[in-house]
Amino acid sequence: MSPHGRLWGVVAEFESPTRLLVAAHRVREAGYRQIDAHVPFPVEGLPEALGFGRTGIPFLVLCGALVGAAGGYFMEWYGMAIWYPLNVGGRPLNSWPMFIPITFELAVLVGGLTAFVGLILLNRLPMPYHPLFNVPRFARATQDRFFLSVESSDPRFERRRTAELLRDLGATEVSEVAR
Amino acid sequence: MTSEPEPRSEAPPPVLLTRHTYTSITDKIAGIVLREGTGRAWLIAFAVSLALFGLLAVAITTLLYVGIGIWGVNMPVAWGFAIVNFVWWIGIGHAGTLISAILHLLRQGWRQSINRFAEAMTIFAVMCAGVFPLLHLGRPQFFYWLLPYPNTMSLWPQFRSPLVWDVFAVATYFTISLVFWYVGLIPDLATLRDRSQSRIGRAVYGVFALGWRGSARHWQRYEIAYLLLAGLATPLVVSVHTVVSFDFSVAQLPGWHSTIFPPYFVAGAIYSGFAMVVVLTIPLRAAYGLGDIITERHLQNMAKIMLATGLVVTYGYAIEAFMAWYSDNPYERYVQWNRLLGPYGWAYWVTLVCNVGIPQILWLQRVRRSSVGLFAVSLVVLVGMWFERFVIVVESLHRDFLPSSWGIYWPTVWDFATFFGTFGLFLTFFMLFVRFVPMISIAEMRLLLEEKEEERAVS
Repeated sequence: MSPHGRLWGVVAEFESPTRLLVAAHRVREAGYRQIDAHVPFPVEGLPEALGFGRTGIPFLVLCGALVGAAGGYFMEWYGMAIWYPLNVGGRPLNSWPMFIPITFELAVLVGGLTAFVGLILLNRLPMPYHPLFNVPRFARATQDRFFLSVESSDPRFERRRTAELLRDLGATEVSEVAR
Repeated sequence: MTSEPEPRSEAPPPVLLTRHTYTSITDKIAGIVLREGTGRAWLIAFAVSLALFGLLAVAITTLLYVGIGIWGVNMPVAWGFAIVNFVWWIGIGHAGTLISAILHLLRQGWRQSINRFAEAMTIFAVMCAGVFPLLHLGRPQFFYWLLPYPNTMSLWPQFRSPLVWDVFAVATYFTISLVFWYVGLIPDLATLRDRSQSRIGRAVYGVFALGWRGSARHWQRYEIAYLLLAGLATPLVVSVHTVVSFDFSVAQLPGWHSTIFPPYFVAGAIYSGFAMVVVLTIPLRAAYGLGDIITERHLQNMAKIMLATGLVVTYGYAIEAFMAWYSDNPYERYVQWNRLLGPYGWAYWVTLVCNVGIPQILWLQRVRRSSVGLFAVSLVVLVGMWFERFVIVVESLHRDFLPSSWGIYWPTVWDFATFFGTFGLFLTFFMLFVRFVPMISIAEMRLLLEEKEEERAVS
C-alpha cells in the first residue's frame, strides 16, 4: 500500500483547452511526472506539454506492412512455383508482376490491423474500470471539459499542496480520486 | 449569425453555421441517438427498408433452392446483373473512403461533418457488393475455395487471376474500412456511454467504447494510428477499383481489353459514390435539422467533386471511342458501333445522357446551391453509372469475335428482385446506424470548433 492509502490521485477540471495547456506546462515544470490529461478531443501540443515521448506506432505499422507484403509474396511464389507448379506455355513460374496486387493488399491489410491492434493494446484497452470513473464529474471528459490528473504514486505528490497548485492554475474543480 | 456585410458570392459558405460550444454540439449530435429516439418517420423508413430486405431474403432463398437458372445469365452473357451490381455497389463505397482517408490527408476541414456516415455507407455498400459474386458462384457454399487454405487436394487459388486479386482486394477493403470506422467511433461511443440515461445504453455503449477515457496519451496514439490508417486506406481505395477493372481489362474481349480502364473505373466509382453521399445527406440533413453542421459548403464541394470526376469519366468514354477508331481493329470498331446502334444501344445513350449530359448543369451555382437540384442530378448519376456498368458487362459479352457465339441477354424478375433487395440490405443497416450511432463524429466537430476559435482569436 502506498503512503496515500486508497487515494489514486487528484484530478482538476478546466473549462478550456488553452487553460489546460498552461496548467499542464506548469505542473510539469513543478516536477510532477505521473500526470495525464483527459480531453474530449485531441488538443494540439498537449502530449509535448505533458512530456510524452514518441508513440512507436508508426514503426509497428511499418513492420506489419512489411510482414504482410513478404508473407503475401512468399505465399504466392511458394504456391505457384514450388508446391503446385503449372507450366502454361512456358511462362515463368515466378511471374512476379502478377503477384503484386495480392502482395500490396496483404501489406495494407496487415499494416492496418497492426495499427488497430497496436492502438488498442498500447492504450491497455479494453479497460472497463479505471479509478477516474469514480469521479462523477469525470463523465464530462468525453464531452466538454478538460481534466488534468496527478497520481499519488508521483514522488512529489502531496494531497493538499498538489490540489492547491491545480486550483491556483485555474481549475474550476479539484477532486480526489479513490482507487 | 454574424454582422458582417453580405458575403461575396465567391467566398465559400462556412462549414459550421451556428456558433456552437463543445456542450451544445455534443448535445445536438448525441441527442439524435439518445433523446429523439425512434420517431414515426424513422419507423416508416425502417419498415420500407425491412420489406426490401425481405425481398432479398426471398430472392436468395429461391436462388439457393432452384439454382442460378432463375437469373437471366447464360452463355455468352454469363456475368449479367450480378457483376453489374457488384461493380456498381463497390464503386459507391469508394466515396466514403475518399472522404474519410484522402480528404483527411489533404487536411480538408469540411470532411469532418460528413465522414462518419459516408464511411458507414462504404461498409454497407461493400456488404451489398459482396452478395453478388458470392451468389454468382453458383455454388456459394464453396466460396472458401477462393481462399488459400490447406486442403486435401493440394490446390491453391490461381494467384495470377484478377478474380482472385478481387477476393483479396474486396476483403481487405471491407476489413480496413470497418476498422477505420470503428477507430473513429470509439471516442463518440464513450460520449454516449457517459450521457446515456438507461442502464442498457450505458452497458452496451460502454462495452463498445472499450473504457475510453480521453487520456492525452491515448489520444496521441489514436491520432497517429488514425493518420496511418488514412494513409493505408488511400492507396487501398485506388487499388480496389483498379483490381475490379482488371477483371475486365485483363481479358481479351473487345471493349474490355483497354489500359484506360483502371483510372476510368476509379473516377467512375468516386463519381457514383459522391452521388450516393449526396442522396443520403440531403434527406438526413432535412430530417434531423442538421443544416448548421452540414452546410451548403459541403453540398457544393461534393457537387464540384462530382463534376470533376464526371469529366474524367467523360474522357474515358471519349478515349474508348477514339481508340476503337485509331486501333483500326475491326472487333474494337464493331463494339463501339454496337454500343451506339446495337440491340442495347439505348443503354449506352442513357449512360451518356445521365453521366455526361445532365450533370453539366452543375456548372451553374444555382443548381449546386439547391438541395432539390443537386439531389435530382445525383439520382441521375446513380442511374447513369449503373447503366455504364451494364454497357461494359453486357455489350462486350453478347457479341465478341465470332457471330456464331453471339447472343442476347435479358434479366429476369429474380435479377431485379435481388438488385432491389440489396437496397433493403443497405437501407436497413443504414437506418439502424442512424438510430444507434452518432452519424456525425462528435469528437471531430469539437476539434473543428477549437480550430474556428483559434482562427477567431487570430483575426
